[in-house]
Amino acid sequence: MSNMRTLTFDAIIIGGGGAGMRAALELAKSGKKTAVLSKVFPTRSHTVSAQGGITCAIASADPNDDWRWHMYDTVKGGDYIADQDAAEYMCSEGPKAVFELEHMGLPFSRFDNGRIYQRPFGGQSKNFGEGGQAARTCAAADRTGHALLHTLYQNNLKNNTTFLNEWYAVDLVKNANGDVVGCIAMDIETGEVVHVKSKATVLATGGSGRIYASTTNALINTGDGIGMGLRAGVPMQDMEMWQFHPTGIYGAGVLVTEGCRGEGGYLINKDGERFMERYAPNAKDLAGRDVVARSMVMEILEGRGCGENGDHVLLKLDHLGEEVLGKRLPGIVELSKTFAHVDPAREPIPVVPTCHYMMGGIATNIHGQAIAQDAEGKDHIVNGLYACGEAACVSVHGANRLGGNSLLDLVVFGRAAGMFIESALNEGVDYLDASESDIESAMKRINRWNESEGGESVPELKRELQNIMQTAFGVFREEKNMVEGVQKLAELRERVANAHLEDKSAAFNTARIEALELDNLMEVAEATAIAALERKESRGAHSRYDYPDRDDVNWLKHSMYFPSEKRVGQRDVNFAPKTVDKFEPKVRTY
Amino acid sequence: MSKLQVSLYRYNPETDSAPYMQEFEVDTQGRDIMVLNLLEMLKEQDATVAYRRSCREGVCGSDGMNMNGRNGLACITPLSHVVKNNKVVLRPLPGLPVIRDLVVDMALFYKQYERIQPYLQNDTPAPAIERLQSPEERDKLDGLYECILCACCSTSCPSFWWNPDKFVGPAGLLQSYRFLADSRDTATRERLSDLEDPFSVFRCRGIMNCVAVCPKGLNPTRAIGKIREMLLANAT
Repeated sequence: MSNMRTLTFDAIIIGGGGAGMRAALELAKSGKKTAVLSKVFPTRSHTVSAQGGITCAIASADPNDDWRWHMYDTVKGGDYIADQDAAEYMCSEGPKAVFELEHMGLPFSRFDNGRIYQRPFGGQSKNFGEGGQAARTCAAADRTGHALLHTLYQNNLKNNTTFLNEWYAVDLVKNANGDVVGCIAMDIETGEVVHVKSKATVLATGGSGRIYASTTNALINTGDGIGMGLRAGVPMQDMEMWQFHPTGIYGAGVLVTEGCRGEGGYLINKDGERFMERYAPNAKDLAGRDVVARSMVMEILEGRGCGENGDHVLLKLDHLGEEVLGKRLPGIVELSKTFAHVDPAREPIPVVPTCHYMMGGIATNIHGQAIAQDAEGKDHIVNGLYACGEAACVSVHGANRLGGNSLLDLVVFGRAAGMFIESALNEGVDYLDASESDIESAMKRINRWNESEGGESVPELKRELQNIMQTAFGVFREEKNMVEGVQKLAELRERVANAHLEDKSAAFNTARIEALELDNLMEVAEATAIAALERKESRGAHSRYDYPDRDDVNWLKHSMYFPSEKRVGQRDVNFAPKTVDKFEPKVRTY
Repeated sequence: MSKLQVSLYRYNPETDSAPYMQEFEVDTQGRDIMVLNLLEMLKEQDATVAYRRSCREGVCGSDGMNMNGRNGLACITPLSHVVKNNKVVLRPLPGLPVIRDLVVDMALFYKQYERIQPYLQNDTPAPAIERLQSPEERDKLDGLYECILCACCSTSCPSFWWNPDKFVGPAGLLQSYRFLADSRDTATRERLSDLEDPFSVFRCRGIMNCVAVCPKGLNPTRAIGKIREMLLANAT
């Protein structure tokens, strides 16, 4: 312990996906001593899997497009618990952030006039829902996330950002005042554990879809930042809000972009019926994702599902023709052939709603500063701690994220966090150093695994966790199942706390990483479950049989999950945008 | 159905003086799973097995490896594409130092990528909106920008095995051409002059292993040919 190395930075960014690298770029340009610490080489981060695009009112497809319309769609899509100051910031700053990406080299697809190609996506409208479907999602074919992530990595290289690649952040280090002053991290290649000391610690660790058995998420999406935050006592906001993407490939869980429906594809049931016409007569297949996912499940439950077991529906694309598919959706053609064994130019793709995105996370303001609450429910900043991207809940997505808004969230709030940290560092940051015992307590968890002498194995426990979540906290939820789920998770937590790491070797020990990740999955799952049980209404992605209606009297609120008492409280939603009138909650139809 | 025979390259620097092949038997129940799923099953038998993986859908480039003698991504390679006589041999990507089991040290590969200045350079002031680019100009980037840096190509290239420090290799050159071909990039002359030595580009012997193994169906040899043409045109 005493011979543990200390690395010192002005800012440490944990996570090398879109949000982390956009923040890093800002800080690298400022000359601050910054490092990105990522458990995978940055271009292996999950942003790479984003397909359809980045939604933003750049007024290319429609020269009269207006960011306020995008803001309206975002707030409505989020079923009115998106913070309107944050949605305003994202939608109005968005064009600047997207043009910056283009200037950095992002190879966007183009219209004939040379401007960035935009396609229709779900939940998009013109003129505050009055002017019909908009086409607002800027795309690089169907590989927008890949193009974006590589562009950001490339520009970080250009600006000499320091990367700690294949390093794993274990836990946050807090000083005696409760300020976050760095983290404990491990160099995966050598197994060396170090103390990273930093004036600003940014959690850009992405989502945690791996709490579910079926997810579009990468294997690395284990909620490491959420786990670290919860163990450090930071409350989490809206953790019950998980998006199920309508079109995960049946059986494989691999994502098929909403852009397929944006380009004219549609869903059919076993009778060949375009069933979304019944559920969303106007927007049809381009209704909000929560609406489409629920409609699909209804079709399946009512016996109109496809296949031998009637447990999925079909996404029809063949009418688009090979040329459109080849030009606009080449990645989808590839994935369908590999994972569904169908050529979408000839046959429809079997699809099923699949866990896709965590709307909840670390509550932050628009500068990325983490927010906690005191005993009276008053907000306060957690000194030294920042979050951006999927790990954060700023909250622009509310109870349901719109397609294409996650990439915009990443770049806008990654950039905002970077800018704010730069000015905070310029003004001077002076936190008490962590003491030996502060560091010791952040080492507890890794020490526990390293000293474990027996117990259950990690893969089996992980499977159980994923099955509990899949069964009790899926597209539709109800009290009885959730109570059972919460109970099972509590038992599982005991078992995880006594699980065994057999391989104690140092060099590139992926078993150790998977053990540490299991702790984080456990934290995220429990926060999700307890918050879901508490929110007694249906809103956005949180849909309950026993409380089928939205309850604006009691639940036009964020939920806040407090880890130490495992208690759920509430936090006010922001209804005070600075430059536009607020959008009042309305009945949400598409 | 007899169990699948798996021969796996093992090396742990802490305990092994030399690498060795370990034999496993896996009951796949006759399913045509991906090689990555097979590795997951192996890891449940023996937790010490080490490999990289992330997206499990062929877009992140983590799990490049050598399967029955051929480089590819484990997550999008079904057993039926590689298994011969009910056996599969899994080795790390050839030509790079092994850290542990299937995990190679990719520092040299990344260094060659960084060498070509893999970012857009444009010395004119940026407009208030995007830089315009016609669809035809943009089409020139197709088949180039999709590279996922998995290193399957460069580690199957004998010229790269021989001169990994001096020959940029197919992956780096594909990206070099991605920027040379971009109508928005103004550093063409500088980029070409950085490549003018006998090794950087001209060590390519047109063997085309890179094209044969690229899991994204890209064609680095063609890109290298284009760079050569540009270099020759530049020289005259």
